[in-house]
Amino acid sequence: MVSELINANPIVYEKKERRARSEPSDYADEYAVEPIDQQEVFDHVRDIKDPEHPYSLEELKVITEDAIEVDDKQSNVRVTFTPTVEHCSMATIIGLCLRVKLLRSLPSRYKVDIRVAPGSHASEAAVNKQLNDKERVAAALENPNLLDMVGECLAPSYG
Amino acid sequence: MELSEGACELKLLDRLEGHSDRVWSLAWNPATGSAGVPLVFASCSGDKTVRVWEHAPSPSSASWTCKAVLEDTHTRTVRSCAWSPDGKLLATGSFDATTSIWENVGGDFECVATLEGHENEVKSVSWNAGGTLLATCGRDKSVWIWEAELANEFECVSVLQGHTQDVKMVQWHPTMDVLFSCSYDNTIKVWADDDDDWRCVQTLGEPNNGHSSTIWALSFNASGDKMVSCSDDLTLKIWETNNMNMHSGDGHAPWRHLCTLSGYHDRTIFSVHWSSEGIIASGAADDGIRFFVENKDGLVDGPLYKLLLKKEKAHEMDVNSVQWSPGEKRLLASASDDGTIKIWELASLCTGNGY
Repeated sequence: MVSELINANPIVYEKKERRARSEPSDYADEYAVEPIDQQEVFDHVRDIKDPEHPYSLEELKVITEDAIEVDDKQSNVRVTFTPTVEHCSMATIIGLCLRVKLLRSLPSRYKVDIRVAPGSHASEAAVNKQLNDKERVAAALENPNLLDMVGECLAPSYG
Repeated sequence: MELSEGACELKLLDRLEGHSDRVWSLAWNPATGSAGVPLVFASCSGDKTVRVWEHAPSPSSASWTCKAVLEDTHTRTVRSCAWSPDGKLLATGSFDATTSIWENVGGDFECVATLEGHENEVKSVSWNAGGTLLATCGRDKSVWIWEAELANEFECVSVLQGHTQDVKMVQWHPTMDVLFSCSYDNTIKVWADDDDDWRCVQTLGEPNNGHSSTIWALSFNASGDKMVSCSDDLTLKIWETNNMNMHSGDGHAPWRHLCTLSGYHDRTIFSVHWSSEGIIASGAADDGIRFFVENKDGLVDGPLYKLLLKKEKAHEMDVNSVQWSPGEKRLLASASDDGTIKIWELASLCTGNGY
């Protein structure tokens, strides 16, 4: 870990109870398009590890279920995250982790927007612009160092 | 299919598979499609390859064949490709920071030159009308101009700094050696040669009724007195200049905002291309393609350009590039994040004028 942490003493919150997802009925057509909801998207991202602390994004309240908006009909998902400090230089890494996790978890028809919560970051507009520029994201994901950092945060052992 | 105007129909002719990742861009070979030469285009992808496709005139076999796969040269995404005006050279720009020049030697494509200089991702390449100059741009905020010399040697003649963020696209004017670049910094810059000294002669930004977010592409009409740009701000903007006076007075005729087309796409517009008949095609992250033409209703207060046709769900995912073909039969090719290329025909009744 780097010697100087951006946020040395983050507040750690309790994890939310995990609800079992309702099983599809016996008559469900296995080829039917299965709609996704807020809870499912939350389940995909809640265990992502914070880039500088051994806690999950859920435990640091960087991400909450309420901050996930899903319009299944339009295939739109919007995730709003709240960095622990206003000058968090890790914000773009967290955003990249969220994007990669959802890219790997959701069907390709979904359009995903990721942003920091309004007022939660000093460079809010710049961070949001970078996170939603798919060319910048594509280039970042070809960068081995960044990919390693993202991979570490998404490691399945954590949770 | 929704028809907004006239008896105009968009027909899907072919759907081409082959790339194993998103297709970023495509370019028609301008020397094909007439005089019995079959149409050829190149496509480039996140799979690090370029594919060259040729139209097979025989109706009995598949319409398009992949004639060549240009691989093992670029080590990262190939973001952009462009044919020289004579169709003999193909330039490809890659996230690996290099631009490669390929020559068709007896049906095989050989990499004959590699242009190095950009610090990181190259995002766009463009040849001037004479085929003597090549422009490249990238994430390092710079625009480079290279001069093509004999024996496939390329010399950098200028490195243009001016944009404050990464440069998304470079495009030469169709008749003059004036270069246009558009950027993540929300501006379009116009670069002209003043006694071998290239400089920025105009910046089109928000104060000039310009875009309020990243500009991804721009394209010129056939005569070169109008251009259209497209942006993350979900609009297309038409710009005009007094073409005739372009090189009189202070050496540059300024471009001015003519009109803004908004409300037609609901996610980032990545690509726009103006056909030689005057039809503007746009492709966006809403998976759709739109067509616009000049409005000739003659109403004083009517819009200057109108929607001709919209195609929802043209692809399964984002449309990254739309390009009109050269030649006798006007086709549109589109490239997408879904990894496919589609070939479309806009039915012949629709010529963009006089209906």
